[in-house]
Amino acid sequence: MSDIFFPLAVFFAAVFTNNILLTNYLGMCSFLSVSKELETSAGLGIAVTFVMAVTTALNWLVYEFVLVPFQLEYLRFIVFIIVIAAFVQLIEMIIERYSEGLYFALGIFLPLITVNCAILGASLFMVIREYTFMTSFFFGLGSGLGWFLAILAMAGIRQRLRTAKIPAGLEGPGISLVIAGFMAMAFMGFNGMITIS
Amino acid sequence: MIATLLVSVLIITAIAVLLALLMVIADATVGNYGTSKITINGDKVLEVQGGQPLLKALNGEGVFIPSACGGRGSCGLCKVKVVEGGGNYLPTELPWISAEEKAQQVRLSCQFKVKNDIAIQIPEELFSVKQFTTKVESLRNLTHDIKEVRLKLIEPATIEMKAGQFIQFQVPEYELTDEPVYRAYSMASVPSDVGHIELEIRLVPNGICTTYVHKHLKEGDTVIVNGPYGDFFLRNTERPIICIAGGSGMAPIKSILLDMADKGSARKARYFFGARSARDLFLLEEMQALESKMADFKFIPALSEPQPEDNWKGETGLITDVVRRMAEDAPEGEAYLCGSPGMIDACIKVLRELGMPEERIYYDKFS
Repeated sequence: MSDIFFPLAVFFAAVFTNNILLTNYLGMCSFLSVSKELETSAGLGIAVTFVMAVTTALNWLVYEFVLVPFQLEYLRFIVFIIVIAAFVQLIEMIIERYSEGLYFALGIFLPLITVNCAILGASLFMVIREYTFMTSFFFGLGSGLGWFLAILAMAGIRQRLRTAKIPAGLEGPGISLVIAGFMAMAFMGFNGMITIS
Repeated sequence: MIATLLVSVLIITAIAVLLALLMVIADATVGNYGTSKITINGDKVLEVQGGQPLLKALNGEGVFIPSACGGRGSCGLCKVKVVEGGGNYLPTELPWISAEEKAQQVRLSCQFKVKNDIAIQIPEELFSVKQFTTKVESLRNLTHDIKEVRLKLIEPATIEMKAGQFIQFQVPEYELTDEPVYRAYSMASVPSDVGHIELEIRLVPNGICTTYVHKHLKEGDTVIVNGPYGDFFLRNTERPIICIAGGSGMAPIKSILLDMADKGSARKARYFFGARSARDLFLLEEMQALESKMADFKFIPALSEPQPEDNWKGETGLITDVVRRMAEDAPEGEAYLCGSPGMIDACIKVLRELGMPEERIYYDKFS
C-alpha cells in the first residue's frame, strides 16, 4: 500500500476492524455507564473523538521530540497522562468561556474523559505501532469515531431494551455486556477488509 | 547513570512545570471573568469575583443560602431565583428543577456560575442567616430521652433571632453518615441572650443527628450551625395566646414565653404541655417561675397516662381534651403549636371547633 493512503487505511481500520472498544475492550466504563440515552452518548462520543484525535497527535509530538531524544520512552505512560489531563482541563475552560452551546453539549463530559482509558490506549498503540504524525492523527480520529459508533449503537439498543422482556437475572449490566459481546462479534465481520497490526 | 537520572528528572519536571504554567496562565486569562455585580432583591448590590458558583459567591459575601450537600449538586436545596442574566440551565441543574420553577427562573445556586452581572431574588430573612462556629457550653438531660444542648457562639459571637425560629445543626462525618448532614432544631433560648443558643433534642432511634448529639457530643466540642430560619414566631398583636407543645416541642414555646417575660409583655398567655407520664415532664420549675414574672400566664402540664408512683395532682387526659376544657380564649386568641404532626393536626381541629380562625393558628411540625 502506498504511503499516502496508509493513514487513511489506518483510519478505517480504527473505526471498523480494529475498533478500540470492541476489539481491545478499552473505555468500557463510560461505554457502559453513559449509554442509556442516545443524546448523551452522542455528546460523549463526539467529545471522545475530539479529545482522542488531538491528544494522540499531541502525544506523538511530545514522544518524538522530547522523550525519544532523551531516551525517556519508558516515561511515556506518566507523560501521556499529564498531557491528556492538562489538555482536557484547558479545553473545558476555553469552551466554558467562549461557547455556551458547546459547553452544554460537550463540556460536562470532558471531566469524564480524562480518565477514559481508550484515550491513553490510543496514544500507547501509536507508539507500539510506530506510526508517523499523520497516521497517528488519523488513528486517533478513527479510534474516537469507532468508539462513538459503538456507544451510539449500544445506546440505541439499550433504549429499545427498556420495553423488551429480559430475564430477571440478566437485567442491567448483564444484558449490556452480552450485547457488547454480540457487537464485537458483528464487527469481526469487517475483518479482512483492512488489517493493521 | 547519575546523568541519565538527572536528565529524566529534569525533563519530567520541565514538562510538568510547562503544563502547570499553561494552566496558571489559562486560569488568569480564559478562566478570569473579572468582577460581576449581583443585585439582590433590586436594592442590595454585591461585587464578586466572576466564574465561581453563585452559592459560593454569596457565601463569601456573608449571604448564606441553605444547602445540605455543601455545593456538590446532590441535595437540591440551594435554589435561588435569578431574574436577570441567568442564561440557560445546566444539565446538572435540571434534575432538581420542576417545570414550574423553571418558569420562575429558579436556579440551583451551587451549579449556576456567575459570569456576568445578574439580579437575584432571595427571601428577605436570608440576609440575617449566617453560619456560626460554636462550642458546647453544657449538656443536660431534661428527661430520659431529651437532652438540652447549650452552645456558646464563637464566630460570629452574637445572633439576632426571633423567639420560635430554628437553626440547622451540622452533623460531621461519623459512623452513621459519611458526609456532613444538616438537621433543623428550634432554639429554646431567649433572643436577648445573643451569645448563646439552646436546643432541646430528643433521641430518635438511629436518627443521624440525635444519635450524634446523645452519644457522641461532649462539652467543649465545636459545633457548626446556621440560621436563623422560619416564620414560627410570636405575632405582634394584643390577642391572648394559647401555646400547645409536646416533648421537645417545648423549645420554641419556651423561647417565645421567655421573650415575652423579657419584654414585659402584658398579653394573656396559657401554655398547655402534653406528656405521657411524669418521667416525660421537664423544666417544670422554670415554667412555673414564669407565672409570677409574666403579667397573666398559666402553665398547664397534662399527663395522658400518669403512673401510680407519679402522685400526679395536675390535669390528666389527652392534651386535646385538656385544651378543649380549658382554652376559654380560643375565639379571640391566637395559637402557637409545636410537636408531632399527629398532635398538631388534632389540636388544630379542636381549636377550630372552639371558634379560632385557622389563620391565627401558627405551628411548627416535626417531620
